[in-house]
Amino acid sequence: MGATTIEKILARTSGKSVVRLGEVAVCRPDIVVHIDLPMAIEGAWYRPAKVFDPERVAVIFDHAVPSPSIKDASAMAEGRRFAREFGLKHVFDVGQHGISHVVAAEQGLARPGELLVCADSHTCASGALNCAGRGVGIPDALQAITKGMVWYLVTPTIRYEFKGELGPMVSGKDVFFHIAHTYGGHGGASVEYGGPGIRALAMSDRRTMATMSAEIGAEFAIFDYDEVTADYLKGRLDRPAMPAHPDADADYLDVRTVDLAGVEPYVILPHSVPRNGVRLSSFDQKIRIDQAFIGSCANGLIEDLRVAANIVRGKKVAPGVRFIVTPGSQAVYLQAVREGLFEILVEAGAVVTNSTCGACFGYHMGVLAPGEVCITASPRNFKGRMGSPEASVYLGSPATVAASALTGVITDPRTVAGLRG
Amino acid sequence: MSDSTNLVYTGRVWKFGDLINTDMIMPSAAFRLPKNEQHTLCFEAIRPGWANEVRPGDILVAGENFGMGSSRPIGEVLRGCGIVAVIAESINGLAMRNCVNSSIPAINCPGVAALFEEGDTARVDFLAGRIENVTRKKSLEVAPLAPLLAEIVAAGGVIPMLVKEGYIHPEPFVAASS
Repeated sequence: MGATTIEKILARTSGKSVVRLGEVAVCRPDIVVHIDLPMAIEGAWYRPAKVFDPERVAVIFDHAVPSPSIKDASAMAEGRRFAREFGLKHVFDVGQHGISHVVAAEQGLARPGELLVCADSHTCASGALNCAGRGVGIPDALQAITKGMVWYLVTPTIRYEFKGELGPMVSGKDVFFHIAHTYGGHGGASVEYGGPGIRALAMSDRRTMATMSAEIGAEFAIFDYDEVTADYLKGRLDRPAMPAHPDADADYLDVRTVDLAGVEPYVILPHSVPRNGVRLSSFDQKIRIDQAFIGSCANGLIEDLRVAANIVRGKKVAPGVRFIVTPGSQAVYLQAVREGLFEILVEAGAVVTNSTCGACFGYHMGVLAPGEVCITASPRNFKGRMGSPEASVYLGSPATVAASALTGVITDPRTVAGLRG
Repeated sequence: MSDSTNLVYTGRVWKFGDLINTDMIMPSAAFRLPKNEQHTLCFEAIRPGWANEVRPGDILVAGENFGMGSSRPIGEVLRGCGIVAVIAESINGLAMRNCVNSSIPAINCPGVAALFEEGDTARVDFLAGRIENVTRKKSLEVAPLAPLLAEIVAAGGVIPMLVKEGYIHPEPFVAASS
């Protein structure tokens, strides 16, 4: 019996030839990414007395950057102290910062065939690059940083085989929504994305889909390695890639084929993701919005900002709507400046913020009041996620969010004038 | 009485439904509270006042996809509430590890929602994989907790293990708030 991609990575990092379903694999991480939030939550963080490998522990500030409070400022001061004490090689302080999953991809820390550990639930983002990552907790991160050790349950895997190509104004976000709506939760299973159709899925779409996989409760989520992966990684890696490929006779819990041509834009209703979507073509409710948000680890990429700018170019955000755009990293920010995207967005009435997790987790820079409605391209819509528990959060693609910002109601981006063709 | 060394717990049951997420257990407002107050907001959005009613030694029974969501330390919050064990129809993988790493054994048990009414007494043997409703004299068998996970629970969680092995400082870091 062959092995899945995840089984191969867990086997290699646990020093075994194979891992078996149901066992606990004790692995050595290839890279550990430490973020600011664990140090800001009182009682959650303990100063490491050792670091397993200073070249394999990175510090990236993302959740509350620049600090909105004394507590966050103190947390990041501690992060700097920690990085200095152990001479860490990869440090992304304010100015080089960004959402950790975005930075990890850009900076070549998420490498094919490797295992990345980070105490954030959207760590599965690294799967876009064929790098195994699943969200862990703060004690896990401490164990990984100090001992170079992390445990994982070896679970079954569900494989998605894509075929066809996406239609206009349909993105990786919608592909994920289609999967979440059609198949529901994936708890207790890893997810593998592959098949002939992934050739037509841009790296930005893959990064959205891998990141979003946390919302269906997937363990690991990982894409097959191909030319698109290799192209993205050109010039980013400081050692050769060692991609992991699934065996032809790997054992899957299920193999599901998705025709990308059949995927339509979706909106996900409040307050959870699985089986909670509606195709926008049949969405007949007129939902007025107070806020539209594009940003987060899922959709703060340059491609997302291009989509948004293209939709609002020469138009105005609807009266009464706050359109907040948060680039995923300083690198995305700089690229957007160079391309003139912020000029287009700001002229339309958008607010462009610094790169941070910010509004997505209701902490700063776009927190919702009771009774407010938000359409967001960020990953999560739990009650209270973006602020008041009395607020309602709908999820959509960047195109859907930008189109809705213009009309003031949740809108199918394919219906906004001047965009077809 | 509970015997945490042998992972046998007897306690009063609190029942919650499906899709209990991390933000219900630990809303982001709790991030800014001192550790000994973080648990006071547990379930505040769906069951206000619960944190005052729960008692040390109680057991949490939940439905499908318990603990879906973020990395936030829900195990520590539940422990702060006095919860000693979690049994659910299904538990999110991240939530499960956050519970186990904080010394709260957590286990998937299809059928558990129907096994208990709130207030019943449960006896849970995580090594034997036996979930018993002492009040109604019914029980279920499940796969026992994996040996490594049982070791972590019995040791009091990952943090005490790392402290004991000299990998981390014994007292938590506290970010200044003023």
